[in-house]
Amino acid sequence: MANIPVLIVILPLAAALLCLVLTAIHERLGLWAVGLASLASFVLSVMQLITVAREGTIHYCIGGYAVPYGIEFVIDSVNACVLVMISLIGFLTVIFAKNFGERIGRMQRGAGYAVLSLLITGLLGMTSTGDVFNLYVFLEITSLSAYCLIALGGSKGVVSAFRYMLVGTIAATFYLLGIGVLYAATGTLNMGDMSDILDKGGYDHVMLVSMCLLIVGFGIKMALFPFHGWQPSAYTHAEPGTRPLITGVMGKIPALAMFRFIFCVFGTDLIYVRFLLVMLGVFSVCGMLYGSIMAMGQSDLRKVLAYSSVAQIAYISLGFAIGTPTALAGSFIHMLAHAFMKGGLFFCTGAISYKFGTYSLDDLGRIYKKMPLTCGLLVVAALSMIGIPPTAGFFSKWYLALGAAGAHYWVYLAVLVISSLLNAVYFFKLIEKVFIQPSKDLDERWSAGEFELPVSIVLPVVVCFAAILAIGIFNVRIFDFLMMTLEGVGL
Amino acid sequence: MNWLALSYRPLYAVLVSLIASGLIYVLGEHIHRKLREAITITASVIKIVIVYSMVPAVLAGTKISLKVIEIVKGVSLSFNVDPAGMVFACVASTLWILTSFYSIGYMRGHGEENQTGYYAAFAMCLSATTGLCFAANLITFFIFFEVLTVATYPLVVHYRDGEGTASGRKYLAYTLISGQIFFASIVIVYSVAGTLEFRPGGFLTADMLPMPWAFIVFFMMAGAGIVKAGVMPLHSWLPSAMVAPTPVSALLHAVAVVKAGAFCTLRVVLYVFGPELAKSCGGADVLAWMAVFTILVSSLIAMRKTNLKARLAFSTVGQLSYIVLGICILTPYATAGAIYHIVAHAFMKITLFMAAGAIFVTTHKKDIGEMIGIGRRMPVTMGAFAVASVGIAGFPFFVGFVSKANIIMGAVSMGKPVFVATLIASALLALTYLMPVVLIAFKKNVDNPEFAKRGEAAPAMLIPLVITAVISVLLGLFPNAGLHLLDMAFMAGNSIFTPLM
Amino acid sequence: MTAISVFLASKGIYLLTFILLSLGVAGMIVCNNYLKKLICMNIMQVAVIFFFLCLGQKSGGTIPVALDGALKASEYINPLPHGLMLTAIVVSLGTTGVGLSLLLRIREKYGSVEEDDIIRRERKV
Repeated sequence: MANIPVLIVILPLAAALLCLVLTAIHERLGLWAVGLASLASFVLSVMQLITVAREGTIHYCIGGYAVPYGIEFVIDSVNACVLVMISLIGFLTVIFAKNFGERIGRMQRGAGYAVLSLLITGLLGMTSTGDVFNLYVFLEITSLSAYCLIALGGSKGVVSAFRYMLVGTIAATFYLLGIGVLYAATGTLNMGDMSDILDKGGYDHVMLVSMCLLIVGFGIKMALFPFHGWQPSAYTHAEPGTRPLITGVMGKIPALAMFRFIFCVFGTDLIYVRFLLVMLGVFSVCGMLYGSIMAMGQSDLRKVLAYSSVAQIAYISLGFAIGTPTALAGSFIHMLAHAFMKGGLFFCTGAISYKFGTYSLDDLGRIYKKMPLTCGLLVVAALSMIGIPPTAGFFSKWYLALGAAGAHYWVYLAVLVISSLLNAVYFFKLIEKVFIQPSKDLDERWSAGEFELPVSIVLPVVVCFAAILAIGIFNVRIFDFLMMTLEGVGL
Repeated sequence: MNWLALSYRPLYAVLVSLIASGLIYVLGEHIHRKLREAITITASVIKIVIVYSMVPAVLAGTKISLKVIEIVKGVSLSFNVDPAGMVFACVASTLWILTSFYSIGYMRGHGEENQTGYYAAFAMCLSATTGLCFAANLITFFIFFEVLTVATYPLVVHYRDGEGTASGRKYLAYTLISGQIFFASIVIVYSVAGTLEFRPGGFLTADMLPMPWAFIVFFMMAGAGIVKAGVMPLHSWLPSAMVAPTPVSALLHAVAVVKAGAFCTLRVVLYVFGPELAKSCGGADVLAWMAVFTILVSSLIAMRKTNLKARLAFSTVGQLSYIVLGICILTPYATAGAIYHIVAHAFMKITLFMAAGAIFVTTHKKDIGEMIGIGRRMPVTMGAFAVASVGIAGFPFFVGFVSKANIIMGAVSMGKPVFVATLIASALLALTYLMPVVLIAFKKNVDNPEFAKRGEAAPAMLIPLVITAVISVLLGLFPNAGLHLLDMAFMAGNSIFTPLM
Repeated sequence: MTAISVFLASKGIYLLTFILLSLGVAGMIVCNNYLKKLICMNIMQVAVIFFFLCLGQKSGGTIPVALDGALKASEYINPLPHGLMLTAIVVSLGTTGVGLSLLLRIREKYGSVEEDDIIRRERKV
């Protein structure tokens, strides 16, 4: 049981490798391998969460090589929560994805599962690791598998994937350069060790240079305004089955890594850090407004949600820009909440396209009569995006706002309010379409069975619904748990 | 643990309609219409029993409070039953049961669609209203306030047509913007005061919020209240929201939503800021003048409206400002009057709306001009309408008189002749826009074949409106009858101002 | 040693890698052809690899293989950047592979790898 931290990451990796072989034997075996591995990861990460809550941060040295020579996995309370989130949405996506991709051949489908499993591995690894170069490797695993999954989504998907690949490689290169500079100055790759050495002082300029590189690198990866150019088309044209994972989780993990570097490695004492945080704040403010305004003008449901992600990721970085423990906790609660909100909305979108084969907003008239369950989640997730209590989105916004008010950033508070109103505009437009507009004649592609949809689509929808409400109602537990780590690192 | 203990009852009162709402939505079209109606009626009966059972304790001054769960760090989702909240809860739960019967009659008589959503949203609104009555702090209050905002939306757009959609948008624009500003102000208050618990007489002090800030935050908070209460110039959503079915207009736009707005103003002015700070920052005065303006202007507009429901809507706008004015006069009498006006206006206005709905369902008439001689066909309905009209005008022996007299007494004791004059003038104005309807209805020597035969609305609609009319007379004669609502109003008023005296 | 060698041996080599990096990024932005963009991407990655290798270098150090006579760590160059860059090269190779296969697909579906053509075709679809 001592090996849980590494097992969580290794299991999906092993499943990815097995998947192709097993698919060659039988259609379903590969899927089963990937599904079971991600389920096992989820169970293990829940166990790990309990351990962290009981005993504090876990340090795990891979292969027994001592820090700072070996690779270390560090699981503190923030990581532990995020790992549970990734593995849960990963698992749901795996079972959701099996409904899609009927156009492609068996082996291609098997390869698709393998890549999906690799994506989960990469995300889990990026979250767990405490080694800056190991982070790079996992970042690239994530990116490469994401390129493939986006490319699976048809001809537009291929072009979006290629464009994303170009931009994503620039991001990864900048990241590599950033840690190169840090390595040259400190001679270590372990985050904790690096932080100790940097604390001794005299590295101000090194830190400034590397921090600029890292912010650009992670900014591109998390699609933070103004580095978001690749994101809307990539999210829109990604393979429909895996879209929830890509849109819900993929943008958040670079944000977590950015937090690690700014707050855990560099520390907040440095004068430059304050300056960079203000810059991050400006990016976030612009992103929140820009994303919401762009989302209003879209007529494709996927595009609406993609632009909305540009705005929502900026909430997370806004919390970093404020930098107090409360605001950071708000960021991370928003990270968890938004993963389920956006993931859930894309599960709904996928469900609608599975049943009716459309993504256009205009086709959604009174669709709630045919899919009440899906539309129930759609409404709850939309309300959560706007920040209507008692959904999760309200509480993350509360902590962000409280952090902003506590640090006297009145502009940020005002922008939070304005942004939720802008969210309200396009989400109520969506609700209006779903509940009020006259219905259109759409031919149902799937109408058998007891529920409105196959169980493998209903399950993710229901879990996301429950998670949004549960995160809202138990936010204080999560807040306290996150504070175990954040109290020490915030401003 | 004693599950029937007094302190759990506010939670049950909220939950019962919440569960009813969930049940109705989930069961949806799978169940028969009658089962859906049965769920609504059962829930409303249970709710009224729970709410009434707390009345003796409140009158005896027993503290009923419950912390459910820590909802955000440092603040609990908690309920605290105080006299002011109790008055509102009693009114809302009493009228829910009457409106439920009325809705059944109306919906059947009118053959409406989308009834599942209608009943579910209706129950949800009542749940939210009860929740905000009993809320012990601003966060709890805000949660229910926003739930109410959202839950009302499906009722406004009930007919799913262009007009409904447009008024739905307008409604959301007004309430969501004010709600989000309310949110920001709660954050500011929490960061300066460190607490959000309502306290009679307020918990904010002048040194927490220096001068320009106190005024700004006052209006950020009260703004949410006055938007919902329809104080001019922020009233325009209210008349357009009248496109909703009449029971919705009756309960939500004469009772739950607008009164929630007035109640929000009450909590903000007297339980958050407190009389002293509200006065010293100048917010109360500005708000009082806005209310005066609204009372006069809305009456003038109401006179020009020929659609009966629109006329009643503008009458609501004016009457709600009585409550706001009563609160902003900042004396125990005026406050008690304002709280009692929640009761008075609720019973009178719901009678008027139900009568309008009954007329619409039986004769499909919306316009006042078409109602000449309708009193011959529907004497009971129009009789009730006449009673309520006189009550709105504030005649003695009707419930409107009790509340208005108290507000006037408060205004006199503070030496505000303009407020007194406004209140008296508006009584006359109310007569000029409501009495013509009654007079037209009972006009003699009209030979309108449509109205020649007797034909009232279905009993399910007729009985509730007669009951509310009777109650508004009874409460006018014996203001303390039954639930001792006037006593509770005075308890609330005194508790706010005692620490100052 | 000439002046340029001295300059390069001190900090100047980093300037060269920086120029290479800028060339790569600029090429990715400027080029219209997707294949050229991919090549420029590789140039950019190579620049970073050079940067790391230069970090590991020291004058008078030898390759990090245990030799007779040389026992002190200071006599070897730093092996870690080389190790890291092996990984980075593999990653770069993988990225290029994915990129090329995507290009093949693009060519299959759009009949061209010129950005202008693709944008024109996308508009039509």
